[in-house]
Amino acid sequence: MTEQRGATRQSGPAEQRRTTERRGLLGRLAARRAPRRVPGPLPRGAVAAEARDVAVRLGGRLVLDGVDLAANVGEVLALVGPNGAGKSTLFAALAGDVDVERGGVWVCGRPAEQWGAAELALRRAVLPQSSSLAFPFTVAEVVAMGRAPWAGTPAAEDDSRAVAEAMAATEVEGFAERPFSALSGGERARVSLARALAQRTGLLLLDEPTAALDLRHQELVLRICRRRAAAGDAVVVVLHDLGLAAAYADRVAVLSGGRLVADGPPASVLRAELLSEVYRQPVEVLPHPSGGAPLVVPVRPVGGAGPRGTEIAGDR
Amino acid sequence: MTTVDGTRTEAPGGSDRRGPGGGAEAVDKPAGGAVVRRASATVLTLGLVGALVVCALLAAGIGAYDIPLGDVVGSLAHRLGLGGAPLDRVGESVLWNVRLPRVVLAMLVGASLACAGALMQGVFGNPLAEPGVIGVSAGAAVGAVAAIAFGLNFLGNWTVTGLAFVFGLATVLLVYALSRSGGRTEVVTLILTGIAVNAFGFALVGLFVFFADSAQVTQITFWQLGSLAQATWPKVFAVLPCALLGLLLAPLYARKLDLLALGERPARHLGVPVERMRLVLIVVVALLTAAAVAVAGIITFVGLLVPHLLRMVAGPGHRFLIPGSALGGALVLLAADLAARTLAAPAELPLGVLTALIGSPFFFWLLRRTRRRQGGWA
Repeated sequence: MTEQRGATRQSGPAEQRRTTERRGLLGRLAARRAPRRVPGPLPRGAVAAEARDVAVRLGGRLVLDGVDLAANVGEVLALVGPNGAGKSTLFAALAGDVDVERGGVWVCGRPAEQWGAAELALRRAVLPQSSSLAFPFTVAEVVAMGRAPWAGTPAAEDDSRAVAEAMAATEVEGFAERPFSALSGGERARVSLARALAQRTGLLLLDEPTAALDLRHQELVLRICRRRAAAGDAVVVVLHDLGLAAAYADRVAVLSGGRLVADGPPASVLRAELLSEVYRQPVEVLPHPSGGAPLVVPVRPVGGAGPRGTEIAGDR
Repeated sequence: MTTVDGTRTEAPGGSDRRGPGGGAEAVDKPAGGAVVRRASATVLTLGLVGALVVCALLAAGIGAYDIPLGDVVGSLAHRLGLGGAPLDRVGESVLWNVRLPRVVLAMLVGASLACAGALMQGVFGNPLAEPGVIGVSAGAAVGAVAAIAFGLNFLGNWTVTGLAFVFGLATVLLVYALSRSGGRTEVVTLILTGIAVNAFGFALVGLFVFFADSAQVTQITFWQLGSLAQATWPKVFAVLPCALLGLLLAPLYARKLDLLALGERPARHLGVPVERMRLVLIVVVALLTAAAVAVAGIITFVGLLVPHLLRMVAGPGHRFLIPGSALGGALVLLAADLAARTLAAPAELPLGVLTALIGSPFFFWLLRRTRRRQGGWA
């Protein structure tokens, strides 16, 4: 299934300036918002988001130091690395959530901070690592919140289709009317993903979308990423599962100690010596028996505290 | 066949096969619960408006000097030039100089408090937030009590009300300024600052009470208990601009408040300028509450109870919740004020005491019930 793009995407080659306000005088006074520019499609291969020499300091510690990374249109980019490597900080920088100490983040050709929140929301959607909800909105209402940025633009006509498609793609229609707060962690994660998909932006940022999911839904989420990339979006996804990254990403970026240590196609980046050093855990990289995507397997000691079945009789 | 480009179809009939059919079906099928909610919101709005009108007419008639419902309607119609007939001189004076200002003031104060409560809960994404949390009541109390204790009267009869309003508003702005750092406001810092300022405010009130003479202490105590007994048309017109401004501005933020339920960052990702909206709404809350507290004293639980009750019936969407809370608050305070002045007649129960007395057990029941139904708060 290819997701159908909103009508706005076909409407023009470049950014179009449109007055999108359809409010009364009082509404305009209260909102005081400049007219939003509705984005046109980005050409394939263009850079949708880019970190240039980004350094971020949190709590006095330099958690990112001189990172250059670009998310290209039509590509799934996986961010991997050990705990504390700076994946989430880099992700937050790309999402425009943290102030950078040095360098900058560009989104759709402009520094992220020059976009207003409303205009940025038409260009990039973000799936946070965990989601909570203060009030008991239903699943369908939560997914529909993803359409809020388009209110007052011609794309608002696609609202119900975008919501329905996002819910179908993430398989959450079955509990559309249940309150979000009554769902399990994995169900919540899929609903939040549906909300981000319904936003239908050219840049999709997903922070560990598979963390709470079972095997089937992990695969489902990564297939959705591929479809979005094929349809002309840029997808950035933080992953812990190197097997998923190897199978689905066009490019893998490896972070370690706040620096980018590798960036390239999975086959060239996911090498045993690099990963063993970065994760401080010996790993083997084997070609998958069918297809040849790299399979990353930890090297496990035999005997003692090793895997079950390899204990030496004398140890017990 | 498995390839890196993700076109895996090893599971026939898997999710990929759902295809456009699944989507189209979901488009055609209206979301059941949402429709029920929308319908119940409409029914509830009509019901609230109807109950408010009936209650207002009853409250205008009932009291020490009883005026039959028909005569109330007749006198109203007469003044509006729609036929009807005026009452006798005493009746006309009781109705137009005593009852009606009180009825209108009760509705304005109730609407302001409940609407402020709904906004507050939405702004902080916390179902327990109340305007009192950011120091409006404490500030207003300091102003009012200072005016009484020091015998200030530079604004004549308006001194207590005026000082309560100014102090309430100033306290909120102070709390907001204190809890702001680096261009952002953390909700927890804001609430903790509010708690500290509340404690300081009520300590000042205690200090003023300590130095006041016994007549002043009585006056202070009654101000704090909350009452609409001093309602006059000038008071109505003093509250009206604040209440109207707040009540008209609040619904414009309904959809954005829905998004804020996701949290600050997700709301920002969806295009909500969170900081600016929060500042505007806190000022709106301060205006609504300071005006209400200034004329009516401290009336608790309306701001907490009404939004909760409506959320339970019609769902948490702010597009209904905000105007609905205004209607519901007007109705609740009108009924409470009617009860306050008739239950123990000829004596009059303090309104703030009555709302808390009935409100707190009811709220407790509501909490238990809501929690059981939705399986937790978040």
